Amino acid sequence: MSERAVELEVLRYNPETDREPHFQRYSVSCREEWVVLDALNHIKETVDPTLSYRWSCHMAVCGSCGMMINGEPRLACKSFLREYRGVIRVEPLAHFPIQRDLVTVIDDFMDKLARVKPYLIPKHEKPLAEGEYRQTPAELKKFKQYSMCINCMLCYAACPEYGLIPKYIGPAAIALAHRYNQDSRDGGRDARQEEIAATEGVWECSFVGACSEVCPEHVDPAGAIQQVKIKSTVDWYKEHLMPWLKK
Amino acid sequence: MAEEVSRRPYVREMGWRWIFRHPRYVRYMLREFSCLFIGGYTLIMVWGLKQLAEGPAAWQAFLEWLRSPASIVFHAVALGFALYHSITWFNLTPKAMPLQLGEDFVADGLISGAHFAGWAAVSLAVLYFAGAF
Repeated sequence: MSERAVELEVLRYNPETDREPHFQRYSVSCREEWVVLDALNHIKETVDPTLSYRWSCHMAVCGSCGMMINGEPRLACKSFLREYRGVIRVEPLAHFPIQRDLVTVIDDFMDKLARVKPYLIPKHEKPLAEGEYRQTPAELKKFKQYSMCINCMLCYAACPEYGLIPKYIGPAAIALAHRYNQDSRDGGRDARQEEIAATEGVWECSFVGACSEVCPEHVDPAGAIQQVKIKSTVDWYKEHLMPWLKK
Repeated sequence: MAEEVSRRPYVREMGWRWIFRHPRYVRYMLREFSCLFIGGYTLIMVWGLKQLAEGPAAWQAFLEWLRSPASIVFHAVALGFALYHSITWFNLTPKAMPLQLGEDFVADGLISGAHFAGWAAVSLAVLYFAGAF
């Protein structure tokens, strides 16, 4: 198996000793087929055990190893070393505070995710004896792509609106709210609208579209956000111009 | 209970360099800046209406100004920005208004294509009423 010499420049930050982050360069010999995460694991095992970063599955399912690789939000487990020329610069995900080295503070995202109620809220509770909630393939297809989200937060690191306006609920949370709103079994749209149809919801989005471009699972959060904008606008007109329609 | 770990998260300032982090952000900013040129074009139209209301001499002076090199350059740039904005916007329409017929979604090209066709039809109608044909 062929080897390649790789130089990685990793942003380091130790909250106990550093006033601000700094880059540290590592020169290591890596296997041709390795991804950036393999290189980081190799550094941690053989060169510098203090290097901190998150990872778990190594197969683009868990969404833990999101980081900036040469300035672009990527999953380290899905970024092959052979895709890069020269020094590979690795930084923590943009727009999130740095906890330590490549580990970010994700409390803000977790809080926003909970606020949009990303779970089924059945239209009517029915007893088990009545059987399952059934769905046609067409009804499934309506929301399926949004259910592929792995909460890796690459879309937040790509979104300049989130970087500039941290109160913005952001792409993944809105896409997941939309996923449940689109589900024929769900009746929770009104509860979610309070969060996502607000100023800090979809209306902070100016359709940069970067969220959809960087998504490793090919979810289209930008599309979800625009669809929520249209539906919320229709809601507004119905409420203000046709109040008699209100239930 | 585990020992308390000190948390002193480091917040990075965003600054303005993000615009050049990837070409997509430059393209986005160009689309945003197109409003300045389209706004400018609208103001020129309003100014033209005012000159028209003031009489033939004022209107003639306005037409003279329209033929000046500065005006031609501005209109060429504004047309470029208007085309850029319209084309990129219509290309995004399938994201905002996906159409599901039966099980499948209508192809993106059909949705944006319908918008382009509508744009062409309206432009032709405007040219027709302006006496271009």
